[in-house]
This record gives sequence, C-alpha cells and structure tokens, in this order.
Amino acid sequence: MLALDLTAYWAVTVLKVAVVLALIPAGALILGYVFLLKMMSFMQSRLGPMEAGPGGVLQLVADGVKFLQKEDIFPDRADRRVFALAPVVVLMSTFLLYLVIPAGPRLVVQDLDTGVIFALAVSSISVIGVLMAGWASANKYALIGALRAAGQLIAYELPLVLAVVGVAMQAGTFSLQGIVKAQANGEIFGFGAIGNPFLFTQFIGFILFIVSAQAELSQTPFDMPVAESELVAGFMTEYTGFRFLFFFMGEFGTAFALAAIGATLFLGGWYLPGVHGGLADVVGPLVLGAKIMLVAFLIFWVRFSYPRLREDQLQALAWKFLIPLSLVNILATGVLKVVVK
Amino acid sequence: MSAFLRSYFTVLVFVGASVLMVGLMLGAGSLVRPKRPQPQKYMNYESGVDPIGTGWSQSQIRYYVFALLFVMFDVEAVFIFPWAVRVDALGVFGLVEMTVFIFILTLGLVYAWRKGVLRWV
Repeated sequence: MLALDLTAYWAVTVLKVAVVLALIPAGALILGYVFLLKMMSFMQSRLGPMEAGPGGVLQLVADGVKFLQKEDIFPDRADRRVFALAPVVVLMSTFLLYLVIPAGPRLVVQDLDTGVIFALAVSSISVIGVLMAGWASANKYALIGALRAAGQLIAYELPLVLAVVGVAMQAGTFSLQGIVKAQANGEIFGFGAIGNPFLFTQFIGFILFIVSAQAELSQTPFDMPVAESELVAGFMTEYTGFRFLFFFMGEFGTAFALAAIGATLFLGGWYLPGVHGGLADVVGPLVLGAKIMLVAFLIFWVRFSYPRLREDQLQALAWKFLIPLSLVNILATGVLKVVVK
Repeated sequence: MSAFLRSYFTVLVFVGASVLMVGLMLGAGSLVRPKRPQPQKYMNYESGVDPIGTGWSQSQIRYYVFALLFVMFDVEAVFIFPWAVRVDALGVFGLVEMTVFIFILTLGLVYAWRKGVLRWV
C-alpha cells in the first residue's frame, strides 16, 4: 500500500515539475513579447519586431536560439565556480516561486500552509545569486550593480512583507489557497454575491505590494542595479550565452510569478463569481492568467513611463514613506477587524 | 512520511529539479555552441578600455547601516505574523499588545531617522 502511495506521489510530482518547467519560459515569453516588445513599442509610436513570425511573436524564441549558439565565456579573473553557479541560484528562486501559486481548487503544486511567507522567502534567494554574479565577475561595474541590488532588496523587502500581513489578517491564513477562498466567500458591506477581492479593503496594501514588487524586480523606476547608461548591464555585464539567458528568464519568470501572487492576494486569484466545483479547475487558469496580465500591465506601464530614481531617493522612499505607511496599514486593518468587525 | 513533511519534501524535489534543468540546458548548449579561445575575450569588460587594477577593489557600502536596520526590522516583522492570522481569536487584548509593539517599533525608526541613519552619506 505504501509503495503504491509512493509511486502515485512520484508520478504526480514529476508531472507537476514538468508543468512548472514549461510554465516559466512560457510566462517569461508572454510577458517579454506582450509588454517588453509590443507595448513599449506602441507607447513609443513604433511597431517593434515584425519579421519573426506573425507580428513578431517568435522574436524571443529566435533570441533564445541565438543565445544557444553563443560561446560561454568565463573572464580570466573571475571566480569560476561562483560565476558558474550564480545564474542557477537566480533561476532556482524563480522556479520555487511557482510552487505555491494556485490556479484552481485542485491546480496547485503544493499548498503550503505558510504559502505567502514561503513565496516571499524564496523570492529573496535571487539576490544571493545576484551578489554571487557581481562578486565573481571581478568587474567593477558588476560589483557596484550587485551591491546596489542588495541594498534595494533590503529596502523593499520590508514593505512587501508588511503589505502581505494586512491580507493575511483579513483572510486569517497564510495559505494562498485559503486566501483565495476567503476572498471568494467574503462580502463587502453585506453584499456577498461577487465575493470580496482584497483590492477594495486592502487598497493601501495593494499599492505597497505593487511598488515593492516593482523594486524587487528591478523594473525601471528602481533599476539602479542594471542602470545601463552608467553600469553597462550591472551584475550581468560579464555573462554571455545561456547563462545570460538564465538571468533574463529569471527576471521575467519572477515578474510573472509576482504578478500571479499579487493577483491571488488582491484580485481573488482563480476565483470567478458563479463558477464552482470541477468547472473552476478549467476556468481557473484562464481567470488567473487574465488577472496576471492586468497586474503585469501595471508594473510594465510604470516601467515604461517613469525615469530612474536616484539611489538616495530610492532608499528614502522605502524607509521614510513605504515602511511607516505599511505599519499604519497593519494597525488600521487590526482596528477595523477587531473593533468595527 | 507525514503529510506535513511530504509537502516540504516536494520543495526539496523542486530544488533538485531546477538544478537538473539548468544542468541539462547548459549541457545541451555545450554541444551546439562554438569554442574559439582568444586571450582578448577573457579580459574584463570596462567599456572598451583595458581594465585597471583588480575588479575586487574596495568600494564604499553606503547602506551598511540600512542593512543592520533591516535585520532588526525583519526580525520584528516575524513577531507580527503569528498575531496577523489570529487577529479574531486574540481580540482587543491582542490588538492593544500589537499597537504597543508597533509603537515601539516606530519609535526605533524615528530614532534612526533623527540620528541621520536614513540619510544617504
């Protein structure tokens, strides 16, 4: 009996690994094509890539094939082992993020009861990879970029974590599946038909989450770590070929996952009012996908619209504005929940 | 294996799978990509100029104090988590306790602010 049970476990786990393996490049490609290539182009009154495939859809696939043919260069001075390992650490962090994101009542790799905390914890592993990359490159630009990345993560990790606390207070759990259920069953001012997406009751939390996610992803107002006009490419300067591609996949794969977590925490995740039971497993991924695109649109809209923040402005925004605001948000949520009900 | 341990065993499986995947991709790449060594290729890139000194020169870590502050605040945040999921059960008592806690936390931030720690030096 135990052996059979174990076989079933492995069969299911291997299937889940395969699905997530397919999902990361797919998510990275979708975000890269729709937003980085096409939306940015349209915002700048140009067409963007048009040659590879209809409307240029295959451009990023062509880029991937190109990276495959590039020589794998290790600088002479680099710390070879750390240099080789850094992209693996970054990609591992992205990969683990997908573990806890639910796409339907039964469509989740592993619904850990510490879901949100787990997601935030593994998302910050990537900064170790970035520091490793910057340090091992033995390049001044790379080192400065990596140190900036670490400083940025330190500053924006706190508002991100504290923004999530407000959601956990309302849902009464850290499990992402539980948070979706709390939103599906909730009601706003006694009106329960559409559930209660925490976007309405945790609006400040949503703003905090989006701004911090933007910083964690080093998207443009917060892109000091890879500031191309002063640091070439920051911590990625010395990387070529596939290892460079890993950083790219890590960045966009993480963007996809963080958008999914944002959609789950604040927009109701896979839940669509009126869809229940087995049907939710079919419709869920589509609903979640639409919500991911909405959150990702916000992130990239800001990315293409605002100029880069200076390092001191970046730190001041986090420590003097976002962290006090998130503490106030927690207290306000507590008072509303305990005193007002 | 209990269900709790098994759920975290899946995490371990995923760590292994991610390393395996990257290894396979790099292995596949090594079959396709060229290798034509030239000494110039292995120099550090510093915008086209020959690199001066070593890459590991001393650099000023300006947010060193921020890092210390972060460690403290992050540990404090851990204390907020257990309360956050039990708000209803702990009621007014828990809320008052947490208000006091967050007040002291904010006092710490204000102290650091007044001391000029949050200034970019």
